[in-house]
Amino acid sequence: MRDEGYANLEAPALDVRSISCGYSPRKLTLHEVSFQVRQGEFVAIIGPNGAGKTTLFRAISGLLPLRSGSLRINNMDAKLLSHKERARQLAIVNQTVEGDMLTVEEYVLMGRLPYHSQLQLFETAEDFAIAEESMRMTGILAKRRRHMDRLSGGEQQLAAIARALTQKTGILLLDEPTSHLDISHQLRILDLVKSLNATRRLTVLLIIHDLNLAAEYSDHLIMLKGGRIFTEGSPASVLTADNIREVYEAEVLVRDNPASGRPCVFPLSGRSAEEA
Amino acid sequence: MRKLLLTLLVLLSLLVVSALAALCIGEISFSPGELLALRDAPEDDIRLNILMQLRVPRILLGLIAGGALSLAGVILQGIFRNPLVEPYTLGISGGASVGVTLAILLGLHTLYGGLALSLAGFLGALATIFVVYGLGIRRGQVRIQTLLLTGVMISFISSSLMLLMMSLSKTEDLPGIVFWIMGSLAETDGALITLLCITSFLVLLLSFLYAPQLNAMRLGSERAMQLGVDTDRVIKLLFVFSSLLTGICVSIVGVIGFVGLIVPQLMRALLGTDNRILLPASFFGGGIFLIISDIVARTIISPNELPIGVITGIIGGSVFILVMAKGKEIRN
Repeated sequence: MRDEGYANLEAPALDVRSISCGYSPRKLTLHEVSFQVRQGEFVAIIGPNGAGKTTLFRAISGLLPLRSGSLRINNMDAKLLSHKERARQLAIVNQTVEGDMLTVEEYVLMGRLPYHSQLQLFETAEDFAIAEESMRMTGILAKRRRHMDRLSGGEQQLAAIARALTQKTGILLLDEPTSHLDISHQLRILDLVKSLNATRRLTVLLIIHDLNLAAEYSDHLIMLKGGRIFTEGSPASVLTADNIREVYEAEVLVRDNPASGRPCVFPLSGRSAEEA
Repeated sequence: MRKLLLTLLVLLSLLVVSALAALCIGEISFSPGELLALRDAPEDDIRLNILMQLRVPRILLGLIAGGALSLAGVILQGIFRNPLVEPYTLGISGGASVGVTLAILLGLHTLYGGLALSLAGFLGALATIFVVYGLGIRRGQVRIQTLLLTGVMISFISSSLMLLMMSLSKTEDLPGIVFWIMGSLAETDGALITLLCITSFLVLLLSFLYAPQLNAMRLGSERAMQLGVDTDRVIKLLFVFSSLLTGICVSIVGVIGFVGLIVPQLMRALLGTDNRILLPASFFGGGIFLIISDIVARTIISPNELPIGVITGIIGGSVFILVMAKGKEIRN
């Protein structure tokens, strides 16, 4: 599926070319990582703690400078993009949402900032219309006057997605957006992202801990281990018991989800593993 | 936009009222009617001279010094995301006064005039701000205790240096120096007042243009960067702005503490956290606050005059403790 069709003619939305980066001068956290995310694709990055997921997220979002390699966003060298230009190509949803003192609407309107010149201090009617549309799509329009710290964790993430949509980018980068949420909110958030991916052809790069959610929602999985890509491919090819044993050092059973046909990971306790 | 205009309208009316009060109240008091009558007074009328030579410059100085210090306070609070930081608590006023003191000890003011002191104040403030920032931020996280303690220590060092200067100077200079340490609006040099005036309004205008970026930084500097704000550049620029405001202010009116804490605190409680409103509102609010504080300083032990820094110090110190005790807003 991935290698077919005219999509090949388009430049990838994200083209990561052997990037290395790290926090201390001598030690690298990420070693020569390369992958592509095609336009309109839904890609998830998985891996155990310390595998480099967050570092990769910081590198792509421009918070961490690359030691070597290059990153192309919509066929433009990220190094040459200003912060503003980057924010018009790539919107980011973080694990936690800041902005306690703001109303939902004020927060969502911040997504228009990349489009404002230095001399534009106030939002236009168009900005308000775009923000309203984003809040409607994410289902938080009714709470637009509510302060952010009065929202539940799930609603805060919806507001964050609305803010990201207000940025009108082609790419959405999400860093563990569901890790603090219960299962109903996890599904609600990811269903929303999936439908935006399907209806708006929004390219999605999702960093996520939960293997089953990753398998259920993404077209393509990238599995990291020790700052390198261990393997990548379709969920069925990546999420095998052998791969998980090697990367996570955990015994699991992998079966297909009868409803979706996607792989589903069952953890095995020490005793069940012996019996299996 | 409407809220901004409304806020400005209210503050400007209050400013006019407090300026009129400051004109009228003093060792020699005038009724508003007498004030009007003085329009036709001959040029050498002593009462007219008191107004024009003493009170008008004081009011002007109060407005712009108060405005400059509050504005510097709001800007710094925006950068550090903490309501307790301002030129005085971060030691930037102290750093500026070290600069000015050194310039005086080196005799630069006799060579180049008051402008040299303002420049020295600016450089002292700028150096301090980068030291404090370097020590107070690790990996993008503000360490507020380190920040405030560094500020207190720099203030200690600066007051010790000023004591040193006092013990080196002639006895007849002492009252002047003491007044400068405690802050005073008694400067009447038109050129210096004009310098402060131009700088303050220019910085007000320029920093206003950065209000949206400062607003985004309410989410934290990394989130602001994700929204397209070049935070490194904005922070450095705003540091230069606050140093200009503080440095020139200190070189002219001395150290007047806590104005940048009290006024923005009040404005934030009344108007919210939108910097597009907060920046100009704090500027004019600071002006009003200092003009009123100066009325109190001039009249409370009349015919003697209290240093204005004593008034702002007592009010500001109490506000600081109150804010800290409330505690909710001070998170690392």
